[in-house]
Amino acid sequence: MSKFEISRRSLLQSSALGLATLSTMGMSRLAHASNLTVGIVYVGPRDDFGWNQAHAVGAAALKDVPGVTVVEEENVPETIAVQKSMESMINLDGAQLIFATSFGYYKPFVLDVAAKYPDVEFRHAAPLWTDSDPKNAGSYFGYLDQAHYVDGVAAGLSTNSNKLGFVAAKPIGTVLRNINSFLLGARKVNPEATVQVIFTGEWSMPVREAEAANALVDAGCDVLTCHVDGPKVVIETAESRGIKCCGHNASQAPLAPNGFITGAEYKWETIYKGFAANLAEDQALPNFTGAGFDKDFVRNTPYGAGASEAAIAAADAARADVTAGKPIFVGPINKQDSTPLLAAGASLDNYEPSLDQTDYLIEGVVGSIT
Amino acid sequence: MAETTDTPGLMFRAELLSEVRDQLRRSSEYIVIPILALLVSGLLFSLFLLTLGKSPADFLSLVWRGGFGTSFSWQNTLVRATPLIFTALCVAIPARLGLVIIGGEGALVLGGFASAAIAIPMVSWAPTYLLLGVMALAGILVGSLWIGAVGALRHYRGVNETIASLLMFYIAVSILNFFVEGALRDPSDPNKPSTMPIGSDNMIGVIPGTDVHWGLIVGIALCGILFLLMNRTTFGFAAQIAGGNIRAAQAQGLPVGKLMVISCAIAGACAGLAGFFEVAAIHGKANASLIAGYGFTGILVSFLARHNPLVIIPVAIFLGGLAASGGLIQRRMDLPDATVLVLQGLLFIVILVSETFYGRFSIFRSKGETA
Repeated sequence: MSKFEISRRSLLQSSALGLATLSTMGMSRLAHASNLTVGIVYVGPRDDFGWNQAHAVGAAALKDVPGVTVVEEENVPETIAVQKSMESMINLDGAQLIFATSFGYYKPFVLDVAAKYPDVEFRHAAPLWTDSDPKNAGSYFGYLDQAHYVDGVAAGLSTNSNKLGFVAAKPIGTVLRNINSFLLGARKVNPEATVQVIFTGEWSMPVREAEAANALVDAGCDVLTCHVDGPKVVIETAESRGIKCCGHNASQAPLAPNGFITGAEYKWETIYKGFAANLAEDQALPNFTGAGFDKDFVRNTPYGAGASEAAIAAADAARADVTAGKPIFVGPINKQDSTPLLAAGASLDNYEPSLDQTDYLIEGVVGSIT
Repeated sequence: MAETTDTPGLMFRAELLSEVRDQLRRSSEYIVIPILALLVSGLLFSLFLLTLGKSPADFLSLVWRGGFGTSFSWQNTLVRATPLIFTALCVAIPARLGLVIIGGEGALVLGGFASAAIAIPMVSWAPTYLLLGVMALAGILVGSLWIGAVGALRHYRGVNETIASLLMFYIAVSILNFFVEGALRDPSDPNKPSTMPIGSDNMIGVIPGTDVHWGLIVGIALCGILFLLMNRTTFGFAAQIAGGNIRAAQAQGLPVGKLMVISCAIAGACAGLAGFFEVAAIHGKANASLIAGYGFTGILVSFLARHNPLVIIPVAIFLGGLAASGGLIQRRMDLPDATVLVLQGLLFIVILVSETFYGRFSIFRSKGETA
């Protein structure tokens, strides 16, 4: 179309185009849910029965929101590839909000892309954002240890040997905290309970996870749970060895029709839908958001066949307590080396910052960090 | 006088012409067969897409858009092609001697780790250029020792170089993990074990006006240098003879062992340099993200390029473009990310099969030549 021969039709067309351009560029991200494109990047497959699936479940819920388009990319490694994937979503798909769901995406990739595209919002699924980071970036996360605590309560009433097994990935803060909370839950209802932990050293190492699960069963554990990216192997091993299990990250209930008790799950859809609604209402997104049961960021998987009535009742009560703000860490608690963590009567708030830096296991957990 | 000089001149020219024609005829084989192979793999892949109920035309247009269609796509492609150029060289150079080295990933990982590790004590005082120079040297040195050892094992102990290099990759990963999760771990990053960062001021920048770091230029230059080395020097000639017939080379008195070890060391240096650029231009530190499979894709690049360093450049860009468009294909066509891998695998197999067709078609032979 020539610029100089303006017919009525072309004038109408170009002004419509102009309006469309204005609304997508000028007011872009503050725009309305009627044209919000959200990009979600996963480090693994979306059907891994674990971390990635939990996010994909949230993404699927977000797709149901009218006017929201979700574009997803799975198996994106923590390399320059993720930076390019995010940029591709922005440049080729027009994404205005990006969820980067793997830990290693943040530094340097999310930070770099956020600085490069100040009009796009970036949120990353781990508590890493600080004040010095770009304002269009941010962190969101759930306190899964609250759900592991409830799992522990159910597990403590489900064991005959009083030995609970925990297959863990790496001995880092969040993992250690989940193990400690699981034990505290079990001890609350069963003071004899111990948690035996084996670290595989990798986030996803199915062969070692199977070996660890079998070793724990051989050592007498009759309830297994785990903190690895994809709990599938651990849950399947528990089921095939005829013992009970608790899940992690997403629902593994279909994998253990006989022994599944309950599981600790993220409920990312609360956050995803909340952010989309914020943008639809022209509200700024929070840079740092994290919560547990109180804001519906985490949940327990619906009880499976492995859950006894006593376990269900105790777990429901424990969840109600935590939701109401009752602390999980109540003294006396000693660390593994018998040094005191909390004196009798003392307690730690469930959102106590020092718990984020957990670098110890507590007494009652068998197995070493190193 | 004029006639006597003219006549041989004319004859010479005619000879030259026919020689050029023969040369063209022969070298066209190296163009026609790969193109046919590309077409065949394209056909097979289209069938694969059709069985999934997807349109090959959509796929092609998305590859174009995601890999080459916009300036963003081009930069995306070049960024992804850069490490492939280096790791393909790690396969191509030993391949001239008939060695199949598939463990370039190990040299990349250790080269990257070595550059990050040597930077730790230097970051506080060294100027950027010195720091980067030492880091690059460390990457080159460690990479060349790593693959050089494969060559030495092959020559002196008769250990199969393919298996040795592959298994040594696993050792390299263990070494990386051992240090990164232990002695050299940055305590300020509790959740992703990494070495201390070299600092954003010390990182290698991008080529002005683009998103692509300088590694691309270095890689292209390296391809040119190694092409000259392998095709225009006595070293390259000797390597080629040893690759063609090792006994004949030995009978000629060529130092076969030395050739092998040096070629492998050069190869390892290329992969080590890839690791250096990953650390110095992308990650700023060494961690498990170095293990990204570039070394393995490099094998494919080198085979597609028939181990010719110059051809590696366009092939790496082609595969970089495929990788760059992979995300768009996932998002728009709802295909799994492995789709691009299927295409890569098909390409690899068809190209390998097509290797057996060289010299089989008389159309490519000059007159009088027999098969």
